[in-house]
Order: sequence, then C-alpha cells, then structure tokens
Amino acid sequence: MAVESKYMPLDGANAVSQAMRQIDPDVVAAYPITPQTAVVQNFSQYVADGIVHTEFVPVESEHAAMSACIGSEVSGARTMTATAANGLALMWEELYIASGMHLPIVLTVVNRALSGPLNIHCDHSDSMGARDSGWMQLYAETGQEAYDNTIQAVRIAEHSDVLTPIMSCQDGFITGHGVERVGLLPDEAVRDFVGSYEPELTLLDTDRPATFGAWDFTDYYFEHKREQSEALIKHALRVIREVGREYEELSGRPQPILDMFGMDDAELAIIVLSSTGGTARAVARELREKGDKVGVIRPRVYRPFPDDMLVDAIKDCKAVAVLDRAISFGSPQGGGPVFTDLTAALYNHGVVGLPVVDYVYGLGGRDTLPPMIESVYDDLAEVAAEGDRGAMVRYLGLRE
Amino acid sequence: MAERIRIRLRDIINQEERLAPGHRLCAGCAEPTIVRQILHAIDGPVVVSAATGCLEVSTTVYPYTSWRVPWIHNAFENAATTISGAEAAFKALKRRGAIPEDKQITFVAFGGDGASYDIGLQFISGALERGHKFIYVCLNNEAYMNTGIQRSGATPRGAHTTTSPAGDVLPGKTQWRKPFTRIMAAHDIPYVAQAAPHNWRDLMTKAKKAARANGPAVLNVLAPCPRGWRHATDGALNISQLAADTCYWPLYEVENGTKVTVNYKPRDKKPVADWFKTQGRFRHLFRPANADLLEEIQEKVDQEWERLLHEEECSA
Repeated sequence: MAVESKYMPLDGANAVSQAMRQIDPDVVAAYPITPQTAVVQNFSQYVADGIVHTEFVPVESEHAAMSACIGSEVSGARTMTATAANGLALMWEELYIASGMHLPIVLTVVNRALSGPLNIHCDHSDSMGARDSGWMQLYAETGQEAYDNTIQAVRIAEHSDVLTPIMSCQDGFITGHGVERVGLLPDEAVRDFVGSYEPELTLLDTDRPATFGAWDFTDYYFEHKREQSEALIKHALRVIREVGREYEELSGRPQPILDMFGMDDAELAIIVLSSTGGTARAVARELREKGDKVGVIRPRVYRPFPDDMLVDAIKDCKAVAVLDRAISFGSPQGGGPVFTDLTAALYNHGVVGLPVVDYVYGLGGRDTLPPMIESVYDDLAEVAAEGDRGAMVRYLGLRE
Repeated sequence: MAERIRIRLRDIINQEERLAPGHRLCAGCAEPTIVRQILHAIDGPVVVSAATGCLEVSTTVYPYTSWRVPWIHNAFENAATTISGAEAAFKALKRRGAIPEDKQITFVAFGGDGASYDIGLQFISGALERGHKFIYVCLNNEAYMNTGIQRSGATPRGAHTTTSPAGDVLPGKTQWRKPFTRIMAAHDIPYVAQAAPHNWRDLMTKAKKAARANGPAVLNVLAPCPRGWRHATDGALNISQLAADTCYWPLYEVENGTKVTVNYKPRDKKPVADWFKTQGRFRHLFRPANADLLEEIQEKVDQEWERLLHEEECSA
C-alpha cells in the first residue's frame, strides 16, 4: 500500500536537500558551486536549526569535499555531498579512489558545463567526464525524480552486492532552479527505507585495526579493478531494479530503468537523458496524436549502461536518434557518450542495419525547444524512408 | 595547570610497536624512528592517515601492512582532510550512539614535506581553520624523496636535487625554504612545534602536548634521508643533532599562535657549513665560486635564529 506524499513547490536543488534532510546522513562535506549552491545552503540551514544530526564539514575545495567524504565513509558514517562542473572535475582523482575503495558515497551532481570557456549553464560534460570513474550514475528528468533518486541512491550504493559510490544527476538551472510540484514522502517512511549503514569493517574500529588504501604492485591492482567492474556489470542493475520496485511500492511512483513513451510500436525513437526527455515526450505525444509512430526513451540509469534493455527497446525501430548533451571530443566524428555506448551495444548484440544518428544539443545551457525535437523526428523519417543514415553526428540548436 | 609531561623509557619499551618491523623503508631512514617515537608518546587508541610518500608506500605493500593501528591512505595532498572526515564521522557516530560517548581516539595525519609544504598546504590550512581535533605531522626530508629526490618548498637554498641540480650555471635550488612552521603557527591553532628525532625526549613531549591540545596541532619534524641527502646510512641521528646545533633546524614550539618557546639553545653554535659538509647534496657549495652563497645562507640561518629568539622574548 503506497504511502501518501505531501506536495510542495520546490526547485530541484531544494527537492534534493529535502531528501537529504530526511535521510539525515552522518556527515556532509561540501563546497559551493553554481548551480548546486542551494542544495548545500538549505542543508546548512537544517544543521543550524538542529533539524538534522549531520556533522557538516565546510571544506575549502571540492577536492577536499570528496577527500573528507572518503575519510568519513570509511569510518562507517553515511556520507553525502553535492557538486557541479569544475567542482566535479576538481575531485576527479578522488572519484576513482572512492570507487576503488568501494565506498557508497552519494553525490548529487547538478549538471553544468565544464570550463573552458567558463559557462555556468546546463550540459552533461561534467558527469559524462566522470563516466569511467567507477561511479554509478542516475539522471533525473524532474525535481520529483531527483528527490526519488537521491533516496534510492543510498540503498543502491550501500547494497552489499554493490558497495559502489553513486552520482545522482539533474540538469543545472533547468531542473535545479525550476520550481515544480514535488511529492515528499513522510520523514519516517524515508528513514525506514534507507535504514542504517552498518559496514563490516571501519577505520574507527580500533579493536580490529585495518589498513585502508594500501599500495598495490603489479601483482594485485588488476584483480582489484576487476572486482570493481563486476559489481557494476553483474549486480548493479539488478539492485537498482530491486530498490526501484521497493520504492515504487512505498511511494506509488514507478522507477523504471528506462522511462519509455510510445515504444510499443514506435518506428522512430529518440533516446535522451534528463529534462529534455520531457520536451521530447511532449513533442512525441503531439505527433502520435497525428498518427506518427514515434517514441522516446529516457534512461534513468546511465552507469552501468543498460545495454540489453536499450537494444531490446529499439531493435525493431526504423531509425533512432540519440541526443547527447556532451561531446566526447575526438570520438568517432565527435559524437557524444550516449551515442558511442549505444551504437557499440547494438553492434555487440548483432543488430545491424538500424540507422542511428547522434545529435549534440544544449551545450552550455543552449535551450532545446519543441520545434527542434520535431526536426529530429522529421530527419529520422527521412532517414527511414531513404534507407540512408546521412551524417552520423549532427548538431541541434547550433548557430551556423 | 596541565599535568607535567614525563617520558619514561621504562613504560615505552614495554609498549607494543604500533609500526611493526619488516617494512621497506631504506636502511637508515629517520621516518620510522620518528613515527615510532610519536606513536609511543600518544596514549590510547590512534587512527592514522598518511599521504602518498615514502612512509606510505613502504609500509603498506599489499597484501602486507606494518600498521597495527587503523590506517588510511587516500592521496598525496589530503592526509589532513581525510582525517578531518574521519574525525567528523567520529563525532557524528558518537552523537548517533553508534560509538560510546567516552571512547577516545587521537587522530594523526602524516605527510612528507611535499604533501605538507606544497601540494597539500591548502588542505592542511582548511583543516586547521575548521578546528578539527587532530595532529598533523610533517616528516620533512626537504625534497620529494619518494619520486626521486625532486625539490620541494622545503628544500633549502643551495641544495642539489634532481629538479634543482647543481650545474655549471646554477648552484642548486635558488630559493629559500618555505616557512611552513610559521605558516602553521599563523593559523593561531593551540599547538605547533618543530622537532627532530635525535632529541627523542623533546619530540615525544611535543607529541604528547599535541595530543592534549584542544584543537589542531602541527609537528614539523626534520627527517634526514641518507639516500636523498647523500649521507652515511647510519648518520641520520648525528645529522639531526647537528641541524639543531647549527640552528639550521631550531627546536621550538608555538602555543596559540603567540607564545614561542625555544626548546634547545646550543651552548656552542656551529657554522651551518659543518652541517652541509656531512651531506653530498651540498658538496658543490664548497667550491670557491660558491663561497658568497655559503655566506648568504649562514646569514639567513642566523637571521631566522635571531628572529626566533626575539619572538620568544617578546612572548614571555
């Protein structure tokens, strides 16, 4: 029996800080950066008002934030933080160390473009730049989803079959600063859902001293990395699905790994992450009313990459577009990461002949409007009709 | 009035070694001596973090470890910050009731001069500003030794390192060493001290004072390095003594940023050249062409010593 949520007008950042309030982590170590600032500011107010029991560590940089999070999580304290863009970039080496040490830290990333040039607006270059770091990645379309993902993230990361840190991403400004109607679960429901963090061995267990972060020679590093990978490719998706089901039961809100619209019979499909998924869905809905067989897939999970599910969803399509809000510079024809992963998946599943086009869009916060999405479906219709994919990588919304 | 600190060898020799033998530090390295002195001096449980460096790599070659206390290595610059996180967790877990209220832990972070003077300076400063209760120990061998003897902010002027070599045109490092201890003291934290392993009583007293400090404490400890300094394998402690006798490395403490106490004043202050003579890294300073440089260095050492004595007088 689903429990009732209380609806409040909240922007995405606030939605996350509310989730953090309800989770009441032991430690938060964070540094401000636009557009994440509200997350940490709100949380600081909760600390100041004694609403949470969290020990807040106001560190002096993002590298220090993740460094402190590692020291805290390894000590047996449930630890959370938040950042964006260059803040994420500054903690890059620490991301690898956190995942290498199997520490289930929960990090909110309010997606913003990486410098240079300096740009404070939304794109996915920051979290995409960290896609090889061993962290799981969830992408939220809405503030509601950002709230829901944050709560689930704790359980996913801490699961004994996974024990891997996780980034919960949402679009900077668009979602982060956009006020929506967000349903909050009751405090006790969240508390019960996340439970308590009880690791086997911690740094503070002075009766059973252990060494964390030893030095691997050539005879051990490889095996340690393999272990990390296994958690992601063998267990993480299953755990995400299980936690999602449990959360759906609690909240009444489904938590699909792939949010699908019109895919039962879609011939032309768009694959896109985060808030632009909503725009695409609105356009697709209108087109479907006119009889066009179009669909949208919005993966909620990007790492681990849900390749089986995605291939299965599109294998009968006539043409597919991937919308990438980041360029993987120097990749084949300058495509983005989602496109690169998806097309590899298709090939590896033996699906040949399905034309897939990559559209790089929205970099540096460039607005992506319904007519642009329509133009993508028009392009796809042309591709399908002529049996010719044409340019592999295109730009959407670029001024030429 | 604080209880008088006593260092009793009788007690120390019966304690378990917190750093077990069998690690891979060079024969004659001063670091394990210093670490053992400090860990013997601290009463009760300790949790240690270490920066990337000689100490860290040599004591934790997976699957072996020399540490009989909880220990963490994170990265090069962030031993202080990692310990900040652990200390924050300690407070949070006590608050939650997961750790008994009366449980005591002394948090100690070790870093080399590379980690402390240079790449980690920001991180230490931040931890001091936040007031975490921990001890930061800089093991100062005056260069990035683990990666092959490259110059650091701690390297003194005139020293040969692989990135400040003595060549046909340049006589080793051209810049003076960064005043790390003074920078730490300028944070006005409860306790900062400079120490050296030859005077173990002084070092261990300082470790105890650091542990008792009601907030962050920093110890900057000279750690002679036979390999990098090019001195005799068994020479570390004599060289440490000579560093104090030449006033090149004063042994002193600063409490709350203001009260300066110079713990050792050599009866017979020796010229810094005597210290340089013991080490191959300064060999080129004895060429006639470098006589002026040697004099400038002596002047600088004297200046710093006089200033320290003056500060002690003013803060009495």
